[in-house]
Amino acid sequence: MSKTTLTRRGVLKTGAVAGAGVALPTIFTASSAAAYTNEPTGSTVTLGFNVPQTGPYADEGADELRAYELAVEHLNGGGDGGMMNTFSSKALKGNGIMGKKVDFVTGDTQTKSDAARASAKSMIEKDGAVMITGGSSSGVAIAVQGLCQEAGVIFMAGLTHSNDTTGKDKKANGFRHFFNGYMSGAALAPVLQKMYGSDRVAYHLTADYTWGWTQEESIAAATEALGWQTVNKVRTPLAATDFSSYIAPVLNSGADVLVLNHYGGNMVNSLTNAVQFGLREKQVNGKNFEIVVPLYSRLMARGAGENVKGIFGSTNWHWSLTDEGSQAFVKSFGTKYGFPPSQAAHTVYCQTLLYADAAERAGTFNPCGIVEALEGFEFDGLGNGKTLYRAEDHQCFKDVLVVKGKDNPTSEFDLLEVVEVTPVGQVTYAPDHPMFAGGSLGSCNPGA
Amino acid sequence: MDAILLQILNGLDKGSAYALIALGLTLIFGTLGVVNFAHGALFMIGSFCAVTLSKILTLSYEVVDETQKDFLGNPLKVKTPYVESWFGPEAGGAIIDWAVPLAILFAIPIMISIGFIMERGLIKHFYKRPHADQILVTFGLAIVLQEVIKYFYGANPIPTPAPDVFRGSFDFGVLLGFDPNAIIYPYWRLVYFGFAAVIIGAVFAFLQFTTFGMVVRAGMADRETVGLLGINIDKRFTIMFGIAAAVAGLAGVMYAPINSPNYHMGMDFLVLSFVVVVVGGMGSLPGAVLAGFMLGILESFASMNEVKSIIPGIDQIIIYLVAIIILLTRPRGLMGRKGVMED
Amino acid sequence: MLGLNKKDMSLLLIVGALALLAPFILNPFPADSAMAQFNAGYPDLMQRFVIFGIFAIGFNILFGLTGYLSFGHAAFLGVGSYSAVWMFKLLSMNVVPAILLSVIVAGLFSLVIGFVSLRRSGIYFSILTLAFAQMSFNLAYSVLTPITNGETGLQLTLNDPRVLGVSQTADGSIPVTNLFGMEMRSTFEMDLGPWLFQFNTGYYLCAILMLLSFYLSVRIFRSPFGMMLRAVKSNQHRMNYTGLNTRPYTLAAFVISGMYAGLAGGLLASMDPLAGAERMQWTASGEVVLMTILGGAGTLLGPILGAGFIKYFENIFSKINDSVLHGWFGFMPDGLEDFIVTIVHPFVGKGWHLTLGLMFMAVVIFLPGGLIEGGQRIGKLFSRKSKKSDGGDAEHHPKQTPHVAE
Repeated sequence: MSKTTLTRRGVLKTGAVAGAGVALPTIFTASSAAAYTNEPTGSTVTLGFNVPQTGPYADEGADELRAYELAVEHLNGGGDGGMMNTFSSKALKGNGIMGKKVDFVTGDTQTKSDAARASAKSMIEKDGAVMITGGSSSGVAIAVQGLCQEAGVIFMAGLTHSNDTTGKDKKANGFRHFFNGYMSGAALAPVLQKMYGSDRVAYHLTADYTWGWTQEESIAAATEALGWQTVNKVRTPLAATDFSSYIAPVLNSGADVLVLNHYGGNMVNSLTNAVQFGLREKQVNGKNFEIVVPLYSRLMARGAGENVKGIFGSTNWHWSLTDEGSQAFVKSFGTKYGFPPSQAAHTVYCQTLLYADAAERAGTFNPCGIVEALEGFEFDGLGNGKTLYRAEDHQCFKDVLVVKGKDNPTSEFDLLEVVEVTPVGQVTYAPDHPMFAGGSLGSCNPGA
Repeated sequence: MDAILLQILNGLDKGSAYALIALGLTLIFGTLGVVNFAHGALFMIGSFCAVTLSKILTLSYEVVDETQKDFLGNPLKVKTPYVESWFGPEAGGAIIDWAVPLAILFAIPIMISIGFIMERGLIKHFYKRPHADQILVTFGLAIVLQEVIKYFYGANPIPTPAPDVFRGSFDFGVLLGFDPNAIIYPYWRLVYFGFAAVIIGAVFAFLQFTTFGMVVRAGMADRETVGLLGINIDKRFTIMFGIAAAVAGLAGVMYAPINSPNYHMGMDFLVLSFVVVVVGGMGSLPGAVLAGFMLGILESFASMNEVKSIIPGIDQIIIYLVAIIILLTRPRGLMGRKGVMED
Repeated sequence: MLGLNKKDMSLLLIVGALALLAPFILNPFPADSAMAQFNAGYPDLMQRFVIFGIFAIGFNILFGLTGYLSFGHAAFLGVGSYSAVWMFKLLSMNVVPAILLSVIVAGLFSLVIGFVSLRRSGIYFSILTLAFAQMSFNLAYSVLTPITNGETGLQLTLNDPRVLGVSQTADGSIPVTNLFGMEMRSTFEMDLGPWLFQFNTGYYLCAILMLLSFYLSVRIFRSPFGMMLRAVKSNQHRMNYTGLNTRPYTLAAFVISGMYAGLAGGLLASMDPLAGAERMQWTASGEVVLMTILGGAGTLLGPILGAGFIKYFENIFSKINDSVLHGWFGFMPDGLEDFIVTIVHPFVGKGWHLTLGLMFMAVVIFLPGGLIEGGQRIGKLFSRKSKKSDGGDAEHHPKQTPHVAE
């Protein structure tokens, strides 16, 4: 038996028990010879893209994967460079990260915490990934973020909108580019007030799990601050497909606005049901009855078809933005795949670039180096204007879009129009805001 | 009072969907004795018949419109459905608008043939196999069917609206002397209720008043004896399977405008439909229908705020809770026959 | 030996050898080769193989012996996981109390549910267990969030009030689960030429417990109690006519299998301290039913085989993406390469469900006795060739080895 250095972790074994061919470094324990988990020693660095590929969010996951592949292509110097050209930090050269070619592995989260963690673990244990990213639900994001913290790799969250991700469940090794429930409320409320007046009575239908609750809390607080009343908050089972029995009593409750704190399939069904009931043609309290969907996703809005017309909501990013960064991204994504990217695609593309850039600037893949490089990092040119990765909670602060379902769409992608770009100042909150209290980042964990 | 009337109406509508699905399932499961985990998939395929027809009707040719730009800044390609250019925008638009009701005609032959193929090609070989094997093979089939649909249509829901005529809702409240808006109900859901009643009636009439139905009923009760009488019961069972598939499929077609179809909707309904059939009692068609309506109405009541404030979370578990209570008080469900699937 | 006959003993020894050597057996391909994609010898998946093996062995004691098809067994696994995580949060990071509590709680839970559900038989029993499990899942996801942490799943935090032990370590992180100081996640790595083998402490704990569970299940199968359960399966009415009350026997089997599920849940949480509500969903209950039937219900080894088969697909096939495919077929001429990739594409990566569904159908159509029958047929083939009469059911692997050719 002879010891060789051909394997991925070959170098780790210098100093290990010689002659026996058995090395003792471990992935997770502190007795390792490596400086940190999965230190890349060859000419490549592996990133783990953990997205839903089966289940209701599979299409969103597929769009995320497209964006990841595009980002990897750009990082390795292929394609037109996309947002790398407009990104304010110029550390990335198009030669991979620190000269190492970017390689990736993919996995299926199934939108279940368990499966997502299993998939992330296999990327860390088997494929040697230094960073895990992706996801399309807050439960999964929080679960995988916890895992990455323990394993000593960086987690760059994908689509996760719950306040908890960077609130009570925040972790030093985890970062979120996407916006959150509080920001949705803060951005949406003033527009709603402008459009519908400040004398309104709202009725909330909320998906009965943590994300739904944080959004309901955020929206209710923001609208009540502007003079609205909340007449009722009704929780609906996650597994519900037919919302008729929850919608039927709305008209008779004295409310004149219905807020649907639903996402994905729930949102499509509840909105479709609400429109079927003819709520939008009704007059209550002498005003037109209105429906609001605080978190919009264009991919999901497609499922609701005509029903989204004229309905307000918020979104992280939309392809119709005209800034330089967004245009560059839409162009390179659209040219490669033939349709415009979704907000999920945009956010994960940004996350990959931000990670690569941080590694390049830190000069290491060590999670602690990356955390240091990302904390308090200010950048521009990634489509949302000037953005700050806040050090206190690892949340990105940037402009938030208020959108409306378009009345006359010109194509199947042209469903939303941007009504207002809410400036970042209006959606910023203190790190110890009560909706985000209760957790702590802890310290960065390099694993080994 | 008006709130209760409203929820009864709601429950009847929900119940009609449950009853339709359970009716098809009980033909296969309660009477042929096959544990068919692919029944949800048949319902899903029915919905996608509606989606497919509306896609076919909106097959379009593209004209480049220089005045408008697409997302990349190139000239926009404007799509016009062939149907509209053949029949003119008026008539063509109307045909597209009526895609869902038209899909009923489209779905019947498709669903019956799927049923035939399934029975002849697969299920037939499993009548004598243990229920465990039936579960495994039909579950495998269900996964395959839904993955095939996902491959062609993606995972997102696809909007399939009802014809324009049925938009909006009907105000029962005014009719009954309540305030306006107290009891409103969407037209399409009323249509669904009526449709379900017709289908259920038709299936019952078919089994009750035709010789064919009589033989099938006899076969359900005692397959061997009917076989000994020289009647080819196998062929009739194949036809029954086709009818069951068609009932599930039609339930799906008409359901498409209520909830946008997606590839896993069958799995969402699968567990529920088994619960409905078993609560109704194995081998009983009226039981399945009754249980469907009963669970629908109870589910609607459980989602009332007044009820939820007394027992939080009751709407999450009501169906299962009722199932447990009924099965413990009535050993064979509401109207189950002795000895069917009891061991 | 150990109260087993010769055949069972050799079966146990083979399972033991395979479980202990799994890090080698499951990593047949060099780490840098294209085939390394099919390697399953990394800690997380190996742990899952044996943990779900335990789950399926337990399920088989109920279903395989008595014929009672429970559709709610995942609830016991979930309850076990929750109790284990609570033990980590409140008492100690040592896995022993956590696992003990999870077995006990799952046992009590299954006693209650079993007592009620066993009043009915056949499909009525299945629906009762399904209803209980779905109620547990729905409540855990929503109303019981203070106990279960709902959608996110119950996790450890930095300020858990741990009675024996610290809330956080000196460097500000959450302590790790251990067995008297041996960390569950610590892994020895061994390089042999281009091969990389990983030996994980947690895996070996699971493997030893799996062997114990397997031994116990063999003893149950061969005991008078096991005979009684089989008699229930073949004809319960006749049993009842002889004046014998079968309920205590079936209830005992139900509780034993519930405790197995609790053990599996406790181990899952010990390997990775998180308990999610979806562990209790009907799909999870359905999974163990499928594992058992797929492997071969009522056989000793079948359920373990089935568990390995399904977990292998879930974790390995879902990770094969287009760039991996291009890597494999890169040696072919361009046109042919693209063509092959297009053909294979729908069956891997996001299409792994499709392959799994086709496999279910193929197995049940061609191997009516489950995977175990496939093993037996191969065994017979060999024994016929070598003119030996001993084609016993020992000729199987406990876990799925890569099906490259399929």
